[in-house]
Amino acid sequence: MLTSLRPGRGERDTATVTERARTLTVGRRLGGLLIAVLLLAVAVFASLAFGARDIALPVVVEALLDRDPGVNDHVVVWDLRLPRTVIGLLAGLALGLSGALMQGLTRNPIADPGLLGINAGASLAVVVAITWLGIGTTAGYIWFAFAGATLAALAVYGVGSMGWGGATPVKLAIAGSALTAVLTSLITLVLLTNLQTLERYRFWQVGSLVGRDLSTARTVLLFIVAGTVLALASGRVLNALSLGDDVAHGLGQHVVRDRATILTATVLLCGSATALAGPIVFVGLVVPHAARWVTGPDYRWILAYSGVLGAALLIAADVLGRLIVSTGEVEAGLVAAFLGAPVLIALVRRSRMAAV
Amino acid sequence: MTVTDIEPAGRELPALRRLRWRRRRRAAAVLSVLVGLVLIFAVLSLSLGAYRISLDGVLRTLVGQGSSRDEFIIVDLRLPRLVAGILAGAAFGLAGGIFQTLLRNPLASPDIIGVTGGASVAAVAALMMFSAGSLGVSVAAFIGAMGTATAVYLLSWRGGLTGYRFVLVGIAAAFMAHGALGYLLTRGEVREAQTALSWMVGSLGAARWPEIAVLAAVLGLLTPALLALRPTLGLLQFGDDTATGLGVLLERSRIGLLAVAVTLAAVATAVTGPIAFVAFVAMPIARRMMRSGAPVLLPAALVGVVVVTGSDLIAQHLLPGNVKTPVGIVTAVIGGPYLLWLLATTGRDGRGT
Repeated sequence: MLTSLRPGRGERDTATVTERARTLTVGRRLGGLLIAVLLLAVAVFASLAFGARDIALPVVVEALLDRDPGVNDHVVVWDLRLPRTVIGLLAGLALGLSGALMQGLTRNPIADPGLLGINAGASLAVVVAITWLGIGTTAGYIWFAFAGATLAALAVYGVGSMGWGGATPVKLAIAGSALTAVLTSLITLVLLTNLQTLERYRFWQVGSLVGRDLSTARTVLLFIVAGTVLALASGRVLNALSLGDDVAHGLGQHVVRDRATILTATVLLCGSATALAGPIVFVGLVVPHAARWVTGPDYRWILAYSGVLGAALLIAADVLGRLIVSTGEVEAGLVAAFLGAPVLIALVRRSRMAAV
Repeated sequence: MTVTDIEPAGRELPALRRLRWRRRRRAAAVLSVLVGLVLIFAVLSLSLGAYRISLDGVLRTLVGQGSSRDEFIIVDLRLPRLVAGILAGAAFGLAGGIFQTLLRNPLASPDIIGVTGGASVAAVAALMMFSAGSLGVSVAAFIGAMGTATAVYLLSWRGGLTGYRFVLVGIAAAFMAHGALGYLLTRGEVREAQTALSWMVGSLGAARWPEIAVLAAVLGLLTPALLALRPTLGLLQFGDDTATGLGVLLERSRIGLLAVAVTLAAVATAVTGPIAFVAFVAMPIARRMMRSGAPVLLPAALVGVVVVTGSDLIAQHLLPGNVKTPVGIVTAVIGGPYLLWLLATTGRDGRGT
């Protein structure tokens, strides 16, 4: 009786609560993003500070602020550690973003450049470049890695979307695995007959930030920037697509065109990352899951987090690889695989998606 | 009105009988085609080569009447390869078929879920770090496969087992294995890396009689177990709840079946290396041929044999160049596109439409 007399109050209360919840969430999300950026900054600093050669932290800071080409420590920081940090930053950003885009585009929780055959496509193209075109530098591999990644992405997505039910997660994963197996066999065939190619390829295929000079980064920078812009602009569209094609269409989205845009961004980013660092698995898979865990299902936030966390994870993996082994080092791609697999397993164990 | 319309019940029985008869006829036809192909491939693989032996010579040698030269070439050189191919093909086909039926997931083959990956890591580590011989590599591969499978099982266990979770955990394990393999390849001499690579892709050339005998013994020992578990497998494909309702002791039979499948895949991998796609495609092809949704283990095993022996013939005799191509490359190059085509044309439940 009382409530019916004052109907407005209940409504207002609900509104306020929702409003507050939203502000809190935005606050939490922004705070989380800040923490992610801090993590990245720590990773970047660690990457400049730690390595096989012991350099005191003040000297590292001094090297960054006031470079003296005569001091060996300064040269190490600038010429060895800075380039691999920059490569890690760009490749990690691209991997994180492309993973998030792929998972949104395919509505597939296990989408990753490695799982969807894209790494294999890039790898085969690089093998072709080494073997038949005599190309021997990472800067030379770029275009091949790119073309290979693009073709593989299109092939997997094309096959995965045909037939019953469209591009379901399982179909895409099977298509990716199948294509990976075929391409890997072709790669093996070439490697078995050509010792020189094997000598070069085996160091490329582990996924590493070493031995890539900055000119490589400069070459793909434009693609990464374009891909990042496209990616960050796709958040709203991905939110709509995550509701299903019909709903997205009903919400006024041009589903086919949107898909093409997102696929373009994915390929730009993925191709750049592979060209820069070689085939790296799990960064693109794990990072968006971690992001979603903090932000909830809004892709605009997931994308922002994924870019930052991807860079942080790859650089951290690289630093870890330098510190684990006293002699030599373990490549970033391998560390990422060994860090990523347990995270994937943990995600699979806790989430409902695996019960499907 | 005809007589048949008045007696519908009387018509039903012959119709059912006819259906069953047609099924049986199809099964017989499929099995004889597969066995025929195996026989043809077998004779071809014994007779073809740098030194060609006539059909007559092959048959005479097999019954112990051949010349000493034919006998050496066939019994010592070509037969191990053929027998290894037949046994490994059957083992991979069975293992894949059991995995896919048990977990109700077409992705669930030993390649995808890390069993063969684990085997490869252990084998390549034995090869490159300890310079192990053929037997050492096989033992290492077996241990690696069993270890990985156990880990995947335990990690995907969470108050029960779902196919999708098992596959995802397996994919994680497979990628870890792949990373470790890449790392191992960058260590050591480039020639060692090449040897490792050729093992990693799966080939029949390295198999020797003692290992082949072990594989044969394992297949022989597991076949009765498989026959005993086969009805359970048929029930499990309807889902856990239905199977439990029909009286299946869920966990015990599942562990039993998984153990059989993993052992088959592990031993076969230990002898020949991981031959890509055989486990993956055997059951889908067998189902298409049989036009059946039910698990068809014997046809799947035969399809595995046909794929391996046929691919090895192609690898040995049809490909140009003086490098002996490992059989795994051919199976992947044929199997991959087939699988992609299957994927693009297949209905929801993984059967043909």
